[in-house]
Parts: sequence; C-alpha cells; structure tokens
Amino acid sequence: MIDSKQYATFFLNNLFLGVEVLKVQEVIRYQEMTRVPLAPSMIQGLINLRGQIVTAIDLRRRFEFPNRAEGQLPMNVVVRTDDGAVSLLVDEIGDVVEIEDGSFERPPETLRGVARDLITGVYKLKDRLLLILDTERTASLPVNFTKSQIKGN
Amino acid sequence: MDEIVKEFLVESYESLDQLDRDLVILEKDPHEKERLGSIFRTIHTLKGSSGFLGFGKLEAVAHVGENLLSKLRDGVIIFNPELASALLATVDAVRYMLGQIEATGDPGDKDFTSLINLLTRLNDGASTETGSVASPAPRPADTTAVTGKPERAAVSPAPVAMVTPSATPISVEASTAASVVEPVAAPVAAPAPAPAVVAAAPVAVAAPHPESAPATPPAPAENTPDIHDAPESKNSAVSDSTIRVDVVLLDKLMNLVGELVLARNQVLQFTGQGADSTFQATSQRLNLITTELQESVMKTRMQPIGNVWSKLPRVVRDLSTTCGKKVRVDMIGKETELDKTIIEAIKDPLTHIVRNSVDHGIETPEVRLAHNKPEEGVLKMRAFHEGGQVNIEISDDGNGIDVERIKQKCVQQGSITAEQASRMSDHEALHLIFLPGLSTAEKITNVSGRGVGMDVVKTNIEKIGGTVDLQSQPGEGTTLKIKIPLTLAIIPALIVTSGGDRFAIPQVSLLELVRLDGDQAEHQIEFIDGVPVYRLRGQLLPLAYLNRELKIADKAEAGTTATNIVVLHADGHPFGLVVDKINDTEEIVVKPLGKQLKGVGSFAGATIMGDGRVALILDVLGVAQSAGVVAEIRDRSILDKEAKAARTTDSRQTLILFEAGQGSRMAIPLSMVARLEEFPSSMVEHSGALEVVRYRGQILPLIRVSKHVPAISEASLENDPMQVVVYSEKGRSVGLVVGRIDDIVQENITVKRHAHGNGIFGSVVIQDRVTDLLDVPAVIRAADPLFYPAQKAAA
Repeated sequence: MIDSKQYATFFLNNLFLGVEVLKVQEVIRYQEMTRVPLAPSMIQGLINLRGQIVTAIDLRRRFEFPNRAEGQLPMNVVVRTDDGAVSLLVDEIGDVVEIEDGSFERPPETLRGVARDLITGVYKLKDRLLLILDTERTASLPVNFTKSQIKGN
Repeated sequence: MDEIVKEFLVESYESLDQLDRDLVILEKDPHEKERLGSIFRTIHTLKGSSGFLGFGKLEAVAHVGENLLSKLRDGVIIFNPELASALLATVDAVRYMLGQIEATGDPGDKDFTSLINLLTRLNDGASTETGSVASPAPRPADTTAVTGKPERAAVSPAPVAMVTPSATPISVEASTAASVVEPVAAPVAAPAPAPAVVAAAPVAVAAPHPESAPATPPAPAENTPDIHDAPESKNSAVSDSTIRVDVVLLDKLMNLVGELVLARNQVLQFTGQGADSTFQATSQRLNLITTELQESVMKTRMQPIGNVWSKLPRVVRDLSTTCGKKVRVDMIGKETELDKTIIEAIKDPLTHIVRNSVDHGIETPEVRLAHNKPEEGVLKMRAFHEGGQVNIEISDDGNGIDVERIKQKCVQQGSITAEQASRMSDHEALHLIFLPGLSTAEKITNVSGRGVGMDVVKTNIEKIGGTVDLQSQPGEGTTLKIKIPLTLAIIPALIVTSGGDRFAIPQVSLLELVRLDGDQAEHQIEFIDGVPVYRLRGQLLPLAYLNRELKIADKAEAGTTATNIVVLHADGHPFGLVVDKINDTEEIVVKPLGKQLKGVGSFAGATIMGDGRVALILDVLGVAQSAGVVAEIRDRSILDKEAKAARTTDSRQTLILFEAGQGSRMAIPLSMVARLEEFPSSMVEHSGALEVVRYRGQILPLIRVSKHVPAISEASLENDPMQVVVYSEKGRSVGLVVGRIDDIVQENITVKRHAHGNGIFGSVVIQDRVTDLLDVPAVIRAADPLFYPAQKAAA
C-alpha cells in the first residue's frame, strides 16, 4: 500500500492551492467580520465561530495579489495552527484530493516573491500543479512588519 | 508519551520542587530528622521509579544521592552547605534529565559522571580536591565507622569542585588551609567551622556558634508543619481531600463557563423586551446560577501564591552564596490565592525582582555591620487581597536606590534631559528604573546588571492588567508594590461606539463619564501645548479622540452634537477619551487576540457581544500611550501644577519662580501668565529691532526682561530652548523671555510693595527666601509703550 495524503484544495487568483486535510478545521462560506483598526491590511477582521474568535487573513493580500473583484465574496478555510484557529480567505473551494507521497516536489523556480515563502512544495497533477501551503508561515505576519508600521497603516 | 511516564514526570517534578524547599530549610536546621527522612524517601522513590521505567542514567544519579542521604539520615555524616550544594546539584541534574525525558523520551546524553564522583567522594567522607588547594586537607578519620556521634564535619570544605549548574561556588580560595577540618568536640550542629570560613556565606547558616539549630529556622517555616506532623500525611490525608486535575481540563471548564456567560447575556437581551413572565423568572434563575457557577469555576483555578514563592528561597540561597551576602526570606500571606494564569505571568517578574534585591539591594555583611545593620539582610514578601485586587509587596532592608545615580545614568543614556532630571521628584526618578536598557550596576554579572530586567517586569505585569510601584529610602531599603486585578477572563466593561464600531472598555480603568452638549464642547475644550484638554473640577484632563487614534472614519452620528468623554486612568494618570456614543455596561468574556494582532497596542483582546458580533476590547494604557496623553515627565508636572494653580483660593497665590542670575530668583504671579512656552533660539526672528517668534499663526513679540529690570542678569536669559512667559491682554500677546523656570509654588503671600519700580512690583517670602515679584505690566510698558493703549503710562 503506497502512502498517500489527502488535501483540501482551493483557488486563489491563478493558483491552485492545497492544505493537508488534517489541518483544516472547517470550510464555511463568507461570514460577517469585525474589522480591526490599525491592524495590517491583510487582516480582514475577526469572525465569531461558534463562540470562538478567529482571525481572518485575506490570502490575496497575504500573497500580494490584486484584490478580488467587487462583489465577489471569499470563502473561509479555517485551519489549525500552533496559536489557534485562523481563517484563510480564498476565492473558491476545490475538492478534496488524495495524492501519493512520492510525487511531492520542491517549489518550481518560476514561483517568485511572497508565494515562494509560503509554499512548501508542489504536486504535479494530471492537468495542473497543486501548491501546498505552509499554514504556520501563512498565519504569521511577514517579518518586516514592525509595530510602528502597523500603527501607521 | 506513555501514561505511566507522564505520571512519573508530573510526580517527580513535584517531588523535586519539594526537595528544593526541604534542602534549603535543612541547611538552616540540619537536625530535622523528619525532614531528612522525607528527603531520603523521595530520592529513594525516584530511584526506584526511574529504574522501573528503564531510565538508567537517572537511576544512577539518584542512587548515589540516595546513598549519601542514607548516611545523613542515619547520622553518619552531618549535613553542611557543601553537601547541600551537592544535593541541590543532584536535584538540578535530575530535573535536567526529566526535561530530556519529556522532550525526547530518554534522559539524554549529558555526562553526569563528575557529579556522581563528587557525591561518591562526599559519601566516603574524602575531600574533593581539584589540586588548587595548597595542602591537601587531612583525611578525617573514617567517618563511616562511627555512628551516632555526629563529630567532625566529615567533609573537608576545601576545594569543592562544584559541578552544580546552580551557581554556588563556595569559593575555592576561601577555604584554603585555614579551614582545615578540626575535630569538633561539641557534638552538635557542627557544620562546624568549615562553612564559617567560606567566604560566600551561605544563607543564614549562623554557623559559627555550635549550638544546634540556629534559633528559629527563619521564614520558610511553611513546610515544617507539614513534614513534622506526620510524614505520611503527604501521601494520605492530603490526597483524600484533594484531587489532581489536569490544567487542560480546567481551562476547558473555564471556556465553557465563558460561553455560558455569553449565552446568558444573549438570553437577558430578550428578557428586557417585557416577555412572558415565566420566561422572565426562568432567565433570572439562569442568571443567578450562571454567576455562581462562574465564581466557583474561577475558584478552582485559584492557587495560593505560596506555590510561586516556594521556589524563591532556593533562588535566594544560591544567589546570596554567589554574591557573598547573607539574606533571609520572610513570607507573609502565602495562602493568598491567585488565578493560575496570573501565577504563570508573575513567576518570572518576581524572580527577577528578588534577584535584584539580593544582588543590588542588600549589602555585604561587612557593609551592613558598618552601618549598624544586622549582618543578615531581610527580604520580605507580602501578599494580600484588597479592593478587588491582589497586592504583592517585596521589600528589602538594603541600601535603597540611589536616585541621583539613576538620574545621571538616564541623562547619560539620553533617555531624559538634564533639565527634566532636575525637575523630577524623587518618586518620579525612582520609576526611571523601568526604562529599558537602564542599569547602574558597576559591572555586569551573570546575575544582573545587563539592564534588561525591570522594563520587562513592568511590561509583563501590565500585560495582565496590573501596576507596579516603587518606593525607596537610601540606606534603609526598597519596596516594590504590585497590584493585579483578581480575575482575568470575565470582566465588567463599558461598551462605546466610535466610527460605527463597538468597543469595550474595562471598567477597572473607568473613572467617570462626561457629556458635553454641542455648544458647551466648543468652549470647554481648551488647548495647552497643542493638546486638547478639558477642565474637570479644576483638574486638567488631556483628551484623546478614539476615532483619530484608531484612524477610523469619523462617521458622526446624525442628530447629536454632544461630545461624550470617557474619563479613564492609565498608569495612574487620568485622561479623557472622546467617543461617538456610550452604550451600556456589560460583563464580557475576554478572549485573546491571535498572535498576528499582538503588535497592535491599542487592543487587549476581543469579546462576543450579545448579538453574536465581535467587539474589540481597548487596552487603555496602549491607547493612552499612542495618543500621547501619558505625557512626558516634565510636561506632566507642569500640567499638574497649572491645574493646582487653577484652584486658587483667596489667600493663596500661585507663583512661577525663575532664575534671575547670580543665584537669585524672581517670581511672576500665575494670574499674569497666559501660557508657558519654550522656543529654540533658532525660532527667533527679527522685525526691525524687535525679536519675534511665530506663534499659533501669529507673530509674538519678545521682550527680554533683563533689559528693563536691572536686577535680572542678561546671562540668566541665555537658555536654549528659551523660556517664555506669554502674557495676553485683550487679544494682544507678548512673550517675556525669562530665566530658567525653577518651580511653581502656591503660597500664602503678603506682598511688600516697592517704591522705586525698576520692573519690580514688590517682594514676597517664598520658601523662606525673599523673592522679588516681577512687575509684568511695567516691564511691558517699558518695552512697548503702546501695548496698553487706553491707559495712561504710570511709573
């Protein structure tokens, strides 16, 4: 029996991303959020998830992609991190896929910028590339955000 | 990890903590047989369990320790500081290995053979030389042979090659030839001459006199009753009335209660709408039960502060040995209970404060004796509940904090200016030690002096909503007072609205609410130094606008032009926060923000409101700091004094004192002063022969008082920045350049008028000195005859 893992997938801009299913707490539709003044712009706000307060991070801003179109509502992928649950805002949800471990590869050279830091590796699927997201890194602020910058936002 | 191993770890850690305590107490009272027996049993159990679980290395170390303890218990060897240190080193070694087991599953690779050898040699009564001692200490005759007669300190104190990770270098040089073991005839106490000679005098082992048990084992008598009463009690009676519960389970319980509180809040929202009476009654019951449940669950998490304090005697012992001081720890109120999270948060700060006291505060025995103080320094720790808060006081009877040195260091570092330093009160100067990077320690030791401690202490305590205050008397000692609110998770809060969003303000910071109707607001909000202030019953309250501080769009509510001011206090200083709307007070459950938001200093957490939406909780201190209303030290004192000045009663007048040159001073009545300003000399421009500055959008002519008042020297006016007293009359202002402003005083004064003028109105007695009063109108007229147009020029 060959080892394989299951990944929850979703779409962000032109990328097809995946997170290990075990790391995903739930996937829900767009929720009303409370904005956090003075927070970095990638923090879209706070969600009330059955009594749990979850920080929502807009992945488009995290990846430094252009904002999504007016009227297009994101979906919430709530992932478990060391620090608690975090919701990642994505464009659309994909299927859960099962992939053999063996085909995991390092990120391609063509992947640049912020994305490079946040992707742990890729799987070559039949018709496209599945990029695996590093949830811990994604949920942490990029290093160059200092307190003063946050306040000036 | 295996359940069994987990249990083993939990119990072993507890045992080690107890061992720490016991060994330190035993050192002061080496003959408590009960305690020796209990220590022996603990190590014995540890050895057995580690052997059973296959942790060979751990077993080996415990085994040697057990042998040593067996001899101690049987009276074959006498307990002494060297043994104490060795045993404490063993405890540390075991702790290290437990940590390794926890992390990796086995005791690790660290080599403890030297420790084992040390223990073996101590066991055999031989000296442990490392060759640095001149003459090898004579081997005391076989101690093993003799029983029941506690005689010569079996162990030569000589060059103890300490393997201890904890710093107890009973220094080699100290115990050279001089301390060679002499058979101590007197049977008793006998950790005899050895420790007495050791330079690093160990904690209060009043060794020199061979009487048994130094009078009263000081402070940590807490554990004595436990052990003496019934050695088995630790295992039986205690365990019957208590249950060991996983903290994770308690946290879960706490969370559930929190959710229940939120749900109850939601239910209460409906009852307000005049619903069914049965429903009303039921929800009332729900309300009562929830409140009681909340209180009870809080109690489960309460632990006595003694749990934290119990570790400190060991810390103090090790530290005072290193520093060569004698310190005794007194603990009062160790049964005072705190929530577990608070205990976790103050552990490190308390340790740091204690280390500071021993390292910097308490003097060496010689110095103390020279000052007629007892050789042994006292570190007193006190805890009690008061006013809904836990108070913790740590005081030492050391040499206090040198306020001048602190000021100097700060000025040197550039944290404050020399001028601010001179204006500071001693109390304010003391609090300078909380500035980061400050240390007046002559040299940096392992222990302290690196200057990173006190600001972290203050931050950590403030993070849990507490405050720190410091008092010190030179030569007598220092006291640190910490106040922490009792509960963390569920707090009463005031809900306000600003910019369309709701925010919660913890009620503990709330002083009062002020509402100004539209036109009132315009007149009553003044500006001092560009800061908006409001005069509240004579006190000047700096204002901050929440919309502006959070940079949210100022969506003014339609229809209301009222200004709502929430009066809060931060760091002891009151200020006003202007919000759009004040909603109501509620009990809210504080939920922490994720680490991504930790950097935003204005928020302390978030909560879920009755309608299910999330609201942010303001961090009052953070908001105050970012708004700059927790003003600079000097400016604050001027604001305070101006406010005091405003409260003039009939007989007292407020006067501003400034340097007039050659050590003399002059005074101006505050009633003559519109504002006090400072301008850098670079700002002065010239308009013809006049000096002017641009001030608040206008041109302010400057008058140098020295030109019109002979008693004032020109030199006294040469300050940078220039000190200017702004005088206004009927819309016209002029700036009087005066000497350095020394003080603002309020005095009952009688003015003795002067006949001759020269810019002097008269003289008064202020602070026992005769001081001239500046005749402001006269000076202005002399400088600018046209200033008072309607008046006839008088003298």
